Amino acid sequence: MKVTLALAQINTRLGEMQANLEKHLALAKEAWSSGADILLFPELSLTGYVLQDLVPALARRPHADDPLFKALLKASKDLDLVVGFVEEDARHRFYIASAYLAEGEIVHIHRKVHLPTYTLFDEKRYLAAGDGFRAFDTRFGRLGMLICEDFWHISSPYLLWLDGADLLLMSSASPGRGITGEQIGSAETVETVTKTYAQLLTVFIAHTNRVGFEDGLKFWGGATAYDPDGTLLAKGPYDEEALTLAELDLDQLRRTRSRLPLLRDERPDLVRRELERILRHD
Amino acid sequence: MIDLSINSALVRKLLVEFIRSEITRVGYTKAVVNLSGGLDSAVSCLLAVEALGPENVLALRLPYKTSAADSLEHAQLIIEQTGCQALTIPITEMVDPLIHRDAEMSAVRKGNIMARMRMIIAYDQSEAFRGLVVGTSNKTEILLGYTTLYGDSACALNPLGDLYKTQVRQLGRALGVPEVILAKPPSADLWAGQTDEGELGFTYEEVDKLLFLLVDQRYRPEECVEAGFAEDFVRKVIERVRRNHFKRIPPPVAKLSSRTVGYDFLYLRDWGT
Repeated sequence: MKVTLALAQINTRLGEMQANLEKHLALAKEAWSSGADILLFPELSLTGYVLQDLVPALARRPHADDPLFKALLKASKDLDLVVGFVEEDARHRFYIASAYLAEGEIVHIHRKVHLPTYTLFDEKRYLAAGDGFRAFDTRFGRLGMLICEDFWHISSPYLLWLDGADLLLMSSASPGRGITGEQIGSAETVETVTKTYAQLLTVFIAHTNRVGFEDGLKFWGGATAYDPDGTLLAKGPYDEEALTLAELDLDQLRRTRSRLPLLRDERPDLVRRELERILRHD
Repeated sequence: MIDLSINSALVRKLLVEFIRSEITRVGYTKAVVNLSGGLDSAVSCLLAVEALGPENVLALRLPYKTSAADSLEHAQLIIEQTGCQALTIPITEMVDPLIHRDAEMSAVRKGNIMARMRMIIAYDQSEAFRGLVVGTSNKTEILLGYTTLYGDSACALNPLGDLYKTQVRQLGRALGVPEVILAKPPSADLWAGQTDEGELGFTYEEVDKLLFLLVDQRYRPEECVEAGFAEDFVRKVIERVRRNHFKRIPPPVAKLSSRTVGYDFLYLRDWGT
């Protein structure tokens, strides 16, 4: 089975959701006419990233009656969408979230678990942390979603892997840092990390990232997709808005895992046993 | 090993995009740069021209009667090289009446008055030319506080503020800044014979390496000494950075209410754009 992924790397207007929504809908149309099955947007693609005190003003309850989600759900009748937004729960806590929308329905929402609050990051000041990683079923197989700092913790993709995800959709708003290498330092690091996960977990990995500036922070784009061998399938340009298509041959999972049965040989029971021992010794 | 080398092509692209983005997103297309004849303002001007086009950048030459003769000439080299718009406005007749009110006025006070007069002209031209003021302060100056508050430090955006002086020099070389500007000793040119390094008491080469360890690499002072820096020098620089922190932040607002600008009313400048 083949799946065509479209990776959108977009600039956003900070706090202007209507303008950002229109860009999402235009790209959904473009991706659909290019034959894409799934369109992945970056972290907080509907709002912008450094939201600070804008968080409560922008937070949404994802629901078919919400005008923003209504328009996105309609677009999801053509192709599946992963969009980034601020989710408000029933008790008014705010989360960084990614929603997987398909055939007019909200299939799954992932709330960002790991909120960086150090150096230039200040997410915990404004936002609540998610409390789980769950894979979910789609017509393209079982998938998992991770948001930026989530995948800096090795346990996050590991848990989705054990929960059955064969394709991990990762979205970021990654500010560039490091000016000594060929590319901005954070780009090189993220590419190393995502490729390594593809190889170690023998899964497909797709990652997309914002472009543009927010004050002095520069987001570098550079969307990537890797197959279960860690082979680069597609790469978006750095720094510019782009829609990058990647064709995933899902049969590669079988070929790779026949050669390299890391999933078969993984020992989750052992991991649980050792974790219980380690956690008892706190 | 302390390596301050940069990928100049990468930095150039990033800063050109930064200037273009941060000026155009607020509805402007133009920039104003105070061109002193030195390296930093040459680099800011070249980047602004690359971002916005020569017709959209106004370079200001603002000499005082004691300014070094070659400052004007060196600024002219950049104006000719870029083809940008230019204006020369001598500041002597504006600042001298204030300076002459006090026969005892120190060189530092005079220098501050000149720097602030240049700021007034830059912001006046900002309105007249409809361009935003692009700053020229580098990371070394900002950390050391080697700047006149509300003078040369005033700007709408600062492309060079995260580059040490020695890195600005690398970038300048890649941008084609004339050798005569790259090679001359850095100077605020506020009085005859003034040089940055003479006034600071150490070279940029030395202090950039130390600041890189202290700030970027988060070395403790004693680790800097172990790395080969003189203890006195380390102490002096740390003290200078601390004492001048007030120049790097907005003035503190006395908190009275439940929501106060700067403490719990927090938005980026780019809010809504």
